[in-house]
Amino acid sequence: MAALLAPTTLWFLVMLIMPLIVILIFSFGERAAVGGYGGGFTFEQYANLPARLKAFQNTLTYAPLGTLLSLLVAYPLAYFLALKVDRRFKLVLLVLVIVPFWTSLLIRTYAWIYILGGRGIPTILEWIGIEGVRLINTPTAVLIGIVYGYLPLMVFPVYVSLEKLDKSLLEASNDLGGNSFKTFLQITLPLSMPGIATGCMLVFILLMGEFLIPAFLGGGKVFFIGNAMVDLFLQSRNWPFGSAVAATLVVIMLITVSIYMRLAMRNKTGADQSLM
Amino acid sequence: MRIYATVVYLFLYVPIGLIVLFSFNAGRHASELRGLSIQWYGKALSNPFAGDAFFTSLEIAFIVAILSSLMGTAAALALQSMKGPLRVILDGLIYISIMIPGIVIGIATLVALVTVFDFFNPLLATLWPEGYTPPKLHMGYASVIAAHTLFTMSLVIIIVRARIAGMDRALIEASMDLYASPWRTFYQVTLPQIYPAILAGFLLSFTFSFDDFIISFFVAGPNTTLPVYIFASIRRGITPEVNAIGTMVLAGSLSLLIVAQFFMRDGRRRAKVN
Repeated sequence: MAALLAPTTLWFLVMLIMPLIVILIFSFGERAAVGGYGGGFTFEQYANLPARLKAFQNTLTYAPLGTLLSLLVAYPLAYFLALKVDRRFKLVLLVLVIVPFWTSLLIRTYAWIYILGGRGIPTILEWIGIEGVRLINTPTAVLIGIVYGYLPLMVFPVYVSLEKLDKSLLEASNDLGGNSFKTFLQITLPLSMPGIATGCMLVFILLMGEFLIPAFLGGGKVFFIGNAMVDLFLQSRNWPFGSAVAATLVVIMLITVSIYMRLAMRNKTGADQSLM
Repeated sequence: MRIYATVVYLFLYVPIGLIVLFSFNAGRHASELRGLSIQWYGKALSNPFAGDAFFTSLEIAFIVAILSSLMGTAAALALQSMKGPLRVILDGLIYISIMIPGIVIGIATLVALVTVFDFFNPLLATLWPEGYTPPKLHMGYASVIAAHTLFTMSLVIIIVRARIAGMDRALIEASMDLYASPWRTFYQVTLPQIYPAILAGFLLSFTFSFDDFIISFFVAGPNTTLPVYIFASIRRGITPEVNAIGTMVLAGSLSLLIVAQFFMRDGRRRAKVN
């Protein structure tokens, strides 16, 4: 048994634990004159974090906002797929949602450079008389890219929770005189909460470390923590400061995800109890 | 409802369709469509940098997929019958390795490995016999493979473990009762039941590694992978050639996915029959 686990354990030690410890040590160090790590022990890097405040603000604004938008776009589709669509087409339609997610995000995102760029939607808008619309390199462009990139990841868990839902509950609600809006609000929505929670967490986690979408569609104006890190490590070679930013990101993620899990758990047990 | 669904599907597929369409562009500017041609496919296929990057990605993805399915399956089997604090720690590490953003893994691996190499390279140089060039540790194939495998191995563990949980334990016990050796039990009873999951894990690992940009961006060193090459080309300006490469990558990942899906479904059907 131990022999079976040895390679995996070794991998975790060398490729996960060691790098994270190195980042933590570097984040308390000083920058060497030529760039890189210069040793020492100081809190200077963490004190300097406000210099990248904008990146943190953007990430902490657009990651939750993007998650919410993805949910708003995904939910009706998941609802349609789970409850309304004919059985014969269900599998095909479902696979069509998942397929884009498993193809390169890089290639899918750069398509939007065309669509939102000067010769794309703005030109079409000019034809119908709306002029001077700029889309590329705006927060709107980044949000569109986010919804586009992560929609499949949101649709799938919500679909699974709606699919599992006991259809007789919906009929019962209708029989008892609840209108469809009331049925949705009191039965469908609460019962799909686990799916919503899973989808939101998956998308949120990925968005917190996002680099590509802001790099392509934000054009240096809308940048995330990921973009700041790339800049710090590869351009200005300020490893200690970059490490402090990375460590802070990991800590923020651990805190938000554990708070979120706790809330989701409470919600889930709440839903289970109301079912009893 | 139906109209809404149609709009969302259009939203999902129009951008992909545009890339495919523009890859057949006869003109040389990416944003104007001037007739159809396959010249950019020829250009892309004869571009030595793109070709090198493609084969680098292919090799890396293949090794990553083999390593992660072997190690992931071994770990999933071992974890199955394991309890106690080590189990809790390993479970935690599996989830952390999946949860931590790729960009943090990329950066942390780069910084850690460069530091380790800087420490060992002078040591190797002094230990090496006079007159021979000492080996020099550097970023490249090995570092990309190692960093990708961290994530994909955890993915395989989760997939295979789910399959083991759905497996009929009675068969294994029967095999043990009939005095089959553990190896024979594994080979004749366990493996046939979990191989669809292993294969699906293999293909997902391959796809992940082949499509990954952010980790390779940091740890690939001089060995440019295809996504890193595409990223650099886009930074220089989009050409129909990039679209042709993109279309070929999309087609490649799609066919792999279809194969993976096929095996997963085959596995589910077998599970039902059993």
